[in-house]
Amino acid sequence: MVKNIIDWIDERIPMTATYNRHVGQYATPTNFNFWYFFGSLAMLVLVNQLLTGIWLTMNYVPTAEGAFASIEYIMRDVEYGWLLRYMHSTGASAFFVVIYLHMFRGIIYGSYQKPRELLWLFGMLIFLVLMAEAFMGYLLPWGQMSYWGAQVIISLFGAIPFIGDDLTLWIRGDFVVSGATLNRFFALHVIALPLVLVVLVFLHLIALHEVGSNNPDGIEIKKNKDENGWPKDGIPFHPYYTVKDIMGVAGFLIVFCYVLFFMPEGGGYFLEGPNFEAANPMKTPEHIAPVWYFTPFYAILRAIPDKLIGVIGMGLAIAVLFVLPWLDRCSVKSVRYRSMTHKLNIGQFAVSFIVLGYLGAVPTTEILTYVARFFTVTYFGFFLLLWIYSKNEKTKPVPERLTH
Amino acid sequence: MCFNYDLVLIFGYNEPRLKFIFLLTDLSQILRNLNKTRIPTLSGDKWMSNAPVDTGRRRFLTAATAVVGGAGAAAVAVPFIKSWNPSAKAKAAGAPVEVNISKVEPGQLIRVEWRGKPVWVVRRTKEILDGLPAIDAQLRDPDSVEPQQPAYAQNTGRSIKAEYFIAVGLCTHLGCSPTYLPDTFGEQVEGVASGFFCPCHGSKFDMAGRVFQGVPAPLNLVIPPHQYIDDGTVIIGVDKGAA
Amino acid sequence: MKKLLIALVALVPTLAMASGGGAHLEDANIDLNDQESLQRGLDHFQNNCAGCHSTQYQRYERVANDLAIPLDVMSAKYVHGEAKVGELMENAIPETDAAKWFGATPPDLTLVARVRGEDWVYTYLKGFYKDENRPFGVNNTVFPSVGMPHVLQELQGLAVKQEDGTLVATGGTLSAEEYDQYVRDITGYLVYSGDPVKLERESLGWWVMGFLFIFFIVAYLLKKEYWKDVH
Repeated sequence: MVKNIIDWIDERIPMTATYNRHVGQYATPTNFNFWYFFGSLAMLVLVNQLLTGIWLTMNYVPTAEGAFASIEYIMRDVEYGWLLRYMHSTGASAFFVVIYLHMFRGIIYGSYQKPRELLWLFGMLIFLVLMAEAFMGYLLPWGQMSYWGAQVIISLFGAIPFIGDDLTLWIRGDFVVSGATLNRFFALHVIALPLVLVVLVFLHLIALHEVGSNNPDGIEIKKNKDENGWPKDGIPFHPYYTVKDIMGVAGFLIVFCYVLFFMPEGGGYFLEGPNFEAANPMKTPEHIAPVWYFTPFYAILRAIPDKLIGVIGMGLAIAVLFVLPWLDRCSVKSVRYRSMTHKLNIGQFAVSFIVLGYLGAVPTTEILTYVARFFTVTYFGFFLLLWIYSKNEKTKPVPERLTH
Repeated sequence: MCFNYDLVLIFGYNEPRLKFIFLLTDLSQILRNLNKTRIPTLSGDKWMSNAPVDTGRRRFLTAATAVVGGAGAAAVAVPFIKSWNPSAKAKAAGAPVEVNISKVEPGQLIRVEWRGKPVWVVRRTKEILDGLPAIDAQLRDPDSVEPQQPAYAQNTGRSIKAEYFIAVGLCTHLGCSPTYLPDTFGEQVEGVASGFFCPCHGSKFDMAGRVFQGVPAPLNLVIPPHQYIDDGTVIIGVDKGAA
Repeated sequence: MKKLLIALVALVPTLAMASGGGAHLEDANIDLNDQESLQRGLDHFQNNCAGCHSTQYQRYERVANDLAIPLDVMSAKYVHGEAKVGELMENAIPETDAAKWFGATPPDLTLVARVRGEDWVYTYLKGFYKDENRPFGVNNTVFPSVGMPHVLQELQGLAVKQEDGTLVATGGTLSAEEYDQYVRDITGYLVYSGDPVKLERESLGWWVMGFLFIFFIVAYLLKKEYWKDVH
C-alpha cells in the first residue's frame, strides 16, 4: 500500500530519487567533528525563527503608537506569548552564535576553497541577509535601543558622497526614524527577507550536495571510490548523520533553553535594558551599542576617525570575506596540514574578532580607540597576510585517506 | 576531542618556540593517543560491513528517540496553540456587563454588547406572554429541552423574570443577528403578532427566542448567564452559580 | 604574537575600568518568592507612586492573581476611580496636568526595574537629599537633577549629603531599617512588575531542562549504536 503510493508519486515527481540524492545516499565523510553540528543547528534556528515570528505577528502592532505596548501585550496578556517572544529574541542571538561558528569552521578547514567557492558565496549572502533581517527586526519592539540603533545605522548611509542625505531620507521615509520606517522594516522583516533567506539556504544546500561536504582533513572523499563508485571514506547521511545531528540538536537545546528560561536578557546582550523603555525621539540613551552580533563591525566603524572611511571600512570587513576563496592561494585546505604561519594567522583573526566584538559593546575611551585600531589592522591583516603567504606556503603532506 | 585538538593546532601545535602552549600541546597529544587506541584505522567500506548488528537494540533506541522527540515536539506545540486563546485583554473586555432595564418600555428592545455580541433585552407585554403556549405546536423545541439556556431559564418564557426576555441576538443557524418585528411578524407566521426574523436565511423565532419549524436554524436562541442585582439592574455574563 | 599578548594584557584593566563608572549602587536583595513583601510593595506603590506614575502595561487582575490578593480587595483598595479590575493600571492624574506640574510627564514604571536594574531603583528611592537649588528642594544621588519631589520624605525624613558623600536622614517616621525595608518592598514589586512571568518561567525551565537531558541521553545512545558500524 505504502509502496504503491510512493510509486505513484515517483512516476510524477522524483521524490525517492531526491531523497536518496540528498539524504539516503548522500555520501558524507566519516570524520565530521564538533564543528560540523552548526550547519544543521542553523537550520533548526531558522525554523524556530520562522515559526515564532509568524506567531508574533499575530499580536504585534506595526505602528509607532502601538508597537511597544503590543510587545508588552504579548509578554503579559497573550497566553504563552512571553515564551514565543523569548524564543524569537533568544533565537536571533543563537542564530548568530551558530552562524559565526559555522563560518569559523569553514575558515579552519578551508571549506571555501575550490570547488566550494559558490557554496561559500551563498553562505556569505545568507550572512548578509541575516544581518539585514536582524537589524530590521530589532527596530520592531520600538524601544529606545531599537530607535536609536536604527537612527545610527541608517545615518551611516549618509556618509556616501552626493546621494547620502537623500538616501537616508528615502530609507526612513521621513526626516527621522518614524512610523513609516517601522512599517517598511516590518514588511521586509516578516516577508521579503525571510523569503530571500529561504531561497539562499536552498541554494546553499544544492551547492553543498553538488560538490560534496568538506571535512576536517580537507580531503576530497570523491577521489577515492570503491568498485561500486561509492567513496571509500563516505557514509550515507542517513542514518549516521541524522542520528548524530539529533544528538547535536539535543545538546544545543540544553544551552538554548537554559538561556531562554533562566536568562532571556542574556546579561543585557540579547535584550538590552534601555530597550524596555519606549522609543523617545527626544532623548538618546546614555550609551548606545548595537546588539552583540554587530559589535565587531561597529568597533571597526568607530575605530576609524572619518565618517566615510569608517563606513567603507565596516563594509570592507564584511566584503573581504566574500573574496576569501580567491585570497587563499594554497591548495591544501585543512589547518591540520598547513603552515605554522597560517595557524597563527587564523588564531590572531579569531582573537581580533572577539576583542573587536567586546570593544564595540562598551563605551569607547581614547585608549580603547587605539586598541580597536590595532585589532582593526590585525583583522584586515589576516586577509592580506593570507594572500601573501598562501602562494608559496610550506604545507605538510596531506594523507590519501581520512585520519579521524 | 577532535575539536579541541584543532583549536590547539591553530594556536601553535608543534611549535617549540611558543612555550606558553606547551601544556596544551601535550594535552592534545595525550588525547590523540587516547583516540588512536580506541579508534582503529577506518577501512573504507566498513560501514556496509557484515559485522553483526544488534537490530533489537537499534530498533528500541530508534523508537525511544522517536517517542521522546515526539513528546517534545508535542510540548512545543502547546504554547503555539494556547496563544490563540482569548488574551487577558479580550477576557477583560468580555467581562460581565451591567444593564439598567428600568427605562425599557413595554414591547421595546434594547441591545447591549457582551463579549462583542449583541444581547437583547425585551420587555414583554402580558399579551405576548399569554400567547406563548399557544404556538408550541409550531416550534422545534417548545419546552427548551436543548441546553441553549441556563437551568434557571428553562421555562415557558425562557427567562428569570417573565417580563424581561434576555437573549444573545445571534441566529443559531450561521450567526446573523435576527430582526425584531414587534408588529409585522404576522407576515412571517400567520397569527403570531411579534417575533424575530433572520434576514440571512429566513429563520424565525418567537418572543421567547424559540425557533419555528421549517426554517434553517436548528436551535432556540441562546440565553446568556445573567442575574438581577435589583429590580432595575441586570448583570449579563455572570450568574449566581459562578458568583 | 608577543605584541598581541602585550596588547591583551594592557587591555584588561582598561576594560575593567570602562565597565564601571556612575554612582555606587546598593544591593537591593530582592526575593520574588517573598509574596508578603510584594504585597506590601504594591500597597506602598499604589499609595505613594501610582498617583502620577502609571504601570500601564500591567492589569490589576494579573497583579491580584500573581500576588494572591482577592479580586474584591484589589478593586476596593487599589483600583483607580471607575476602572475595572481587568483593566490596565493607568495613573490617576491626566498626563497634561502632570506635565504642567512637573515640567514633564512622569514616566510609566511598569518596566523601570528592567530598564535600570533593581539596585538602581532601590538606591534611587534611598538617594534623595536636600538641595535648595532644585525646584522641589531635593536632588538624587543616582538621578542628578531629578524632576520630582521626595514623595517618601515624611517616612524617611530629609537626608543631608555629608562631606564624604553619604546621606544622613533625620526626622522621618520610620527608622532607617524600616525605611530600607519599605523601599525594598517597592523595588521588589517593580521587579515583579517588569517581568511578572519570571517565577513561572523558571519553574517551567527546570522541566524543560530535565526533559532535554533525557532526550540527549537517548539521542546519544542511538548515535553510539549506529556509529558502531563506522568505528
